[in-house]
Amino acid sequence: MSKYRLGIDVGGTNTDAVVLDNETLEVVAAVKTPTTLDPSEGVIASIDAVLSASGVEPSSIAFAMLGTTHATNAIVERRGLGRVGVLRIAAPATTAVPPLEGWPDALRRAVGNHAHIVSGGLEIDGRPIADLDTGEIRTACRAMRGEVDAVAVVGVFSPIDAFQEEAVASIVVEELGVPVSQSAQLGSLGLLERENATVLNAALIETLRSMAEGLNAALRQRGIDARMYFGQNDGTLMAVDYALQFPVLTIGGGPTNSIRGAAHLSGLTDGLVVDIGGTTTDVGMLVQGFPRQSADAVTLGDVRTNFRMPDILSIGLGGGTIVRSHDSDTGNVVTVGPDSVGYRLTTEARSFGGSTLTATDIAIASGSASIEGIRPVPLRSELVAAARAEILEMLEDAVDRMKTSAAPVPVVLVGGGSIIVDAPLAGVSNIVRPPHHGAANAVGVALGDIAGEAEKLVATGDARKRMREAAADEAIDRAVRAGADPASVETTSIDELPVSYSAGESVRIRARAVGRLRA
Amino acid sequence: MQETRISVDDIDDIALGATVLGTGGGGDPHVGALTAKRLIRLHGDVELMPLDRLSDDDFVVPIGGIGAPSVSVERIMAESELLQALEAAERATGRKPTAVMPIEVGGGNSMIPIAAAAIAGLPVVDADAMGRAFPEAQMVTFHLAGFKPGVTVMTDHHGNEVVTRPVDGRWSERLARSVTVEMGGAATMIDYMYGGDVVRQVGIPGTLSLAKRIGQVLNARLGDHSDVDPVRKLIRELNAHHLFDGKVVDLQRGFEAGFTRGSAELQGIGEFRGSRFELLFQNEMLLARRDGRAAAVTPDLIAVIDASSGRPITTEGIRYGTRITVIGMPADERWRTPEGLATAGPRYFGFDVDWEPIETLAARAAVGTEESN
Repeated sequence: MSKYRLGIDVGGTNTDAVVLDNETLEVVAAVKTPTTLDPSEGVIASIDAVLSASGVEPSSIAFAMLGTTHATNAIVERRGLGRVGVLRIAAPATTAVPPLEGWPDALRRAVGNHAHIVSGGLEIDGRPIADLDTGEIRTACRAMRGEVDAVAVVGVFSPIDAFQEEAVASIVVEELGVPVSQSAQLGSLGLLERENATVLNAALIETLRSMAEGLNAALRQRGIDARMYFGQNDGTLMAVDYALQFPVLTIGGGPTNSIRGAAHLSGLTDGLVVDIGGTTTDVGMLVQGFPRQSADAVTLGDVRTNFRMPDILSIGLGGGTIVRSHDSDTGNVVTVGPDSVGYRLTTEARSFGGSTLTATDIAIASGSASIEGIRPVPLRSELVAAARAEILEMLEDAVDRMKTSAAPVPVVLVGGGSIIVDAPLAGVSNIVRPPHHGAANAVGVALGDIAGEAEKLVATGDARKRMREAAADEAIDRAVRAGADPASVETTSIDELPVSYSAGESVRIRARAVGRLRA
Repeated sequence: MQETRISVDDIDDIALGATVLGTGGGGDPHVGALTAKRLIRLHGDVELMPLDRLSDDDFVVPIGGIGAPSVSVERIMAESELLQALEAAERATGRKPTAVMPIEVGGGNSMIPIAAAAIAGLPVVDADAMGRAFPEAQMVTFHLAGFKPGVTVMTDHHGNEVVTRPVDGRWSERLARSVTVEMGGAATMIDYMYGGDVVRQVGIPGTLSLAKRIGQVLNARLGDHSDVDPVRKLIRELNAHHLFDGKVVDLQRGFEAGFTRGSAELQGIGEFRGSRFELLFQNEMLLARRDGRAAAVTPDLIAVIDASSGRPITTEGIRYGTRITVIGMPADERWRTPEGLATAGPRYFGFDVDWEPIETLAARAAVGTEESN
């Protein structure tokens, strides 16, 4: 009786858990528990809470999906990271900037100083810069023996052809027997960014493995015999075996999950998601059910990587945002934020008997929102009107900044602070407030689409069509390896970007494929 | 006068300012900045020499990278390329370099000379030959003043050295381009080596200091919650023209003969609401039009800054929906001469418009706005 799936999303303040019906993807139960210093404790507490709230049989849960900040915390706090050997296949090129250059000292110390630049790498047209020197690679491996928990292998232009990385990886396994992360599997051109992501990935393998084992044990103890998946930053899932090879991809899932969940709960595939919490509002663009990705390089723990993250605009406006009224030369001025009482809303806000005026008090006083057992505080009507106008204007401005055209767009409104919106917004065609919107993030991680991406570099002309197909095939293959049902996988996008100064003009092709969770 | 030195802490400011002066092109200075910081850390601070302090006996070597940014961020240069290029220059000319300088302050080529200066123990001249970024090797003030590229030196990561003696700037560009392709799409290049007397006359003074000041203004906001908008502060600081605030609503970008070419259309926001704006680019921003009328024309500088982050945006990085501030600055006077306009004016890039000074265009736009009010 495998009828349900469990979704858990670890956020900065709360850990959310939901049980969804496996067929209809409808919400059976949703709970919120506080995130704990060791996030695993909060995860386990949320499992117990949602099991009891839903009343489902633990044995009827077939899938467990986790979106978590474990990897981010490990990098930011430089804690629990593995020691990493780096083999950059590039000499004589790239010596101007050796591996780990520009890393913060503490993070450098955490992964250790075991970097080597060895002969090899490719030119942009596929010629080798130099041939591999097996003896040199073995010598480098021996220098790392006993000193590293994993090895990152990074070849110049390996996304064009990964044969050198493959060869070096097999030597490393032979010599050292530790896990190897290969840069070509982690993405795009831009050596340092790809290398940094690969080193972080290698450093996180052990971190994620011990967490996954702990979670697995906790699930079994409760009689849950579910297949485990991890959410990744593009809103799709990875099967646990795949996630243990690519733990760095679990980073940045939070806002993505919330956007995906909002899409699912509202039934919309395109529009804006406005997630209003206690302190901030996150606005993201929903495109065909997925968040629009940011084009900017992403830094993790002050290290630049090639990650793409959802394009989120955060503004300092939430349910707990402080409203102030001052007298000035030009009359009474009302300001909203940017500070907030945050999670202390229910003790510090005026409506709850506190002494601070917040956006929530304004919504209640204006009569448009109500909270059971809470009575509006008496406020001057001009103050309420001025604060309301300011709140709506801040939201309208944020919406306008994220839109891609002047046409009005639908907005999905989620999050606990969303009661502060009590009127239509300019530039918005309609506002949807879906049920269970407070748990949109946990719903998002449980949805279960699985993606793969691949990148190729080719000369323009005849080869291009063939390579578009090859990139698409590779993306599909990666989606299947990550746990997608092969019958459902489809290529969702193929982008091309020209590359100048190459003989014959080249283009970079990036393909992405998405499929449903394999049953 | 106190000697100015460039230390590790100055590099990020100079790199950011250089990106603004790159006017959308010039390449990302990130790799160059890491290289410069590392070499300064290993070899010590670099002396920043004012242009007017050069003596006639100085031998100034402009050094930089040539090639595709997408190659130079993947197949990063070998450290040996810089010193080898300087040594090759000495072998080919028989003169010992006494200072290096950037040929192009805009973008990544602001960093290479600082890195080279650190490793060679030479000063870097606070000047360049563009005052911005341009896509072709002959687009330098040396060319405008009638100076030929002279002996050019190219080196690569394998240790190859190519020395040419092109007859003029255009030939230099052609030869360098094909050598670059053979060297894998990126290389280190030296050209326009001259004595201090010539460089004092031809160099655009103070451009590295200018880049540093721009970077300091924009970086000051990081972690600082003051109300002063750094982009506006920058406009005041540079006495620049605030051409537009808008949102990118249309973007055409393609690839022609080795260049990123295209246009972006903006819809006005704030005080510019109701106006449209158009940016045309070929690697760099070259032409800006507001409501169909020219607002700034190459060689004057058109810089595009992300309004929310305060970071400059490149023509490769610009995208739909971004809110940007467009600022304009007059180019160095030498670009505004008939020779300057023939070399890097609008018609050279295939735009069927006449160049007019940005000051004139701005004054006319201001009158137009008053009339329409």
